[in-house]
Amino acid sequence: MQPTFFSQTAQQWTVSKLTFYIRMLLEENEILQDVWVQGEISNLSRPASGHVYFTLKDASAALRCVMWKTSAVRLGIPLQDGKAVEVHGKIGVYEVSGQYQLYADQIRPIGEGALYQEFVRLKAMLEAEGLFAPERKRLIPMFPKKIGIVTSATGAALRDMLNTLRRRLPLVEVILAPSPVQGIEAPPALVKALQSLVLQSPEVIILARGGGSIEDLWAFNDERVVRAVAMSTVPVICGVGHETDFTLCDFAADLRAPTPTAAAELATQITMIDLRATNSNLRSRLASATLNSIVERKSFLSSLVSQLRYVSPERRILSERQRVDELARRAHSSLFHHIQLQSAHIKGMQRRLEALNPNAVLARGYAVVTREDDGSVISRVAQAKEGQQVRIRVSDGQIEAEIKKS
Amino acid sequence: MPKPSSKKERPIEELTYEEALAELEEIVSALEGERNQLEESIKLFERGQALAARCGELLESAELKVKQLAGDEILPFEDLSE
Repeated sequence: MQPTFFSQTAQQWTVSKLTFYIRMLLEENEILQDVWVQGEISNLSRPASGHVYFTLKDASAALRCVMWKTSAVRLGIPLQDGKAVEVHGKIGVYEVSGQYQLYADQIRPIGEGALYQEFVRLKAMLEAEGLFAPERKRLIPMFPKKIGIVTSATGAALRDMLNTLRRRLPLVEVILAPSPVQGIEAPPALVKALQSLVLQSPEVIILARGGGSIEDLWAFNDERVVRAVAMSTVPVICGVGHETDFTLCDFAADLRAPTPTAAAELATQITMIDLRATNSNLRSRLASATLNSIVERKSFLSSLVSQLRYVSPERRILSERQRVDELARRAHSSLFHHIQLQSAHIKGMQRRLEALNPNAVLARGYAVVTREDDGSVISRVAQAKEGQQVRIRVSDGQIEAEIKKS
Repeated sequence: MPKPSSKKERPIEELTYEEALAELEEIVSALEGERNQLEESIKLFERGQALAARCGELLESAELKVKQLAGDEILPFEDLSE
């Protein structure tokens, strides 16, 4: 009988080949490539390389774990021996020591998985109710006079916000409704703070809390608080935790701010710088509008003066004077013309008179015979009688004569 | 035209920042727009200057007022963190 270890059916391996085969088996198993493993940290080691080595163990087993530097720098929580955690990663084999181990990429405190499940469930439910709908979001006023703040009276978040408001817009009046922001008493206290703040009618409310673990921020995932934010009649800015933290209050608020300081900035969109600029702009518009109106008035005045000059009687006098001269000239020339006409007429008349002068006829040898008794002219034979005394007038005198026969 | 300043000539030192700013804006647009009586224009200008000075003064002297709700009461806020 052959001992089994001489079996001819057994395959021959080298350590390397077998180890590689085992590695392939593990790494091809899909389940092993995406696991969350619960356990307690032990043998934690962080050499200068930045990689993190530890063993995860529970009551009856241990698992070697390594987290490369690239994942380790994103770790949200401090690691320490004895801490109960959930580690996510994939199973692989370190061939050099023949060791299978968990290549971790995320580590979270135990219980967070359950919280996350609750978060997802509540978010889906409230979303289905329409509490997060974009059309519910109201605009944040640009220039509020009164800002309400709900946060812890003693937290750094409040100081950060007050400093930001003081720097950006000290004109503002802040009303703080203090409330615990973590622990079991936080949700009802936050709801009450929100409700009493609304009664003070600020124009915007900041709901804020500084950074912390997901448990620390949990009050802002509480259904009562989320509903109170959604129902607020005053617009709400939510600034809880850090940039990467999202709470359900962020979804329900009118505006999400990555941090409390950012929330204070978003609540004061108009700052001192803008107000100073507005003021100096108004000052210069005031000056130039006044100057313009004076310049306008001056030019209006000077145009009135020139219009006045245009209608002034001085001009009219000059033109009247000219008209008189003109008339005088025309009168003179027409008179002259008239005189000329008259004198020509007189000359004509003289000539005609000349022609009618009886002496001129007598000078040509004609004579005029008149009766001696009554002086009448004898111009026809019938007027003459025999023996009648007449006078014959010639050019240089008259002759007395007696009609011999007619 | 209606004279914007004559109907509510309140003492400048009684005005809040918002009131002073609103009146200043009104005066500037009145001066930029319609023609006023010269005397009125000068009055507007002078009041505008005083308003602008008031705004600047209020801006520079403003100190954040913080109050705290305690039940139904409003108290001045005392920073307990320091």
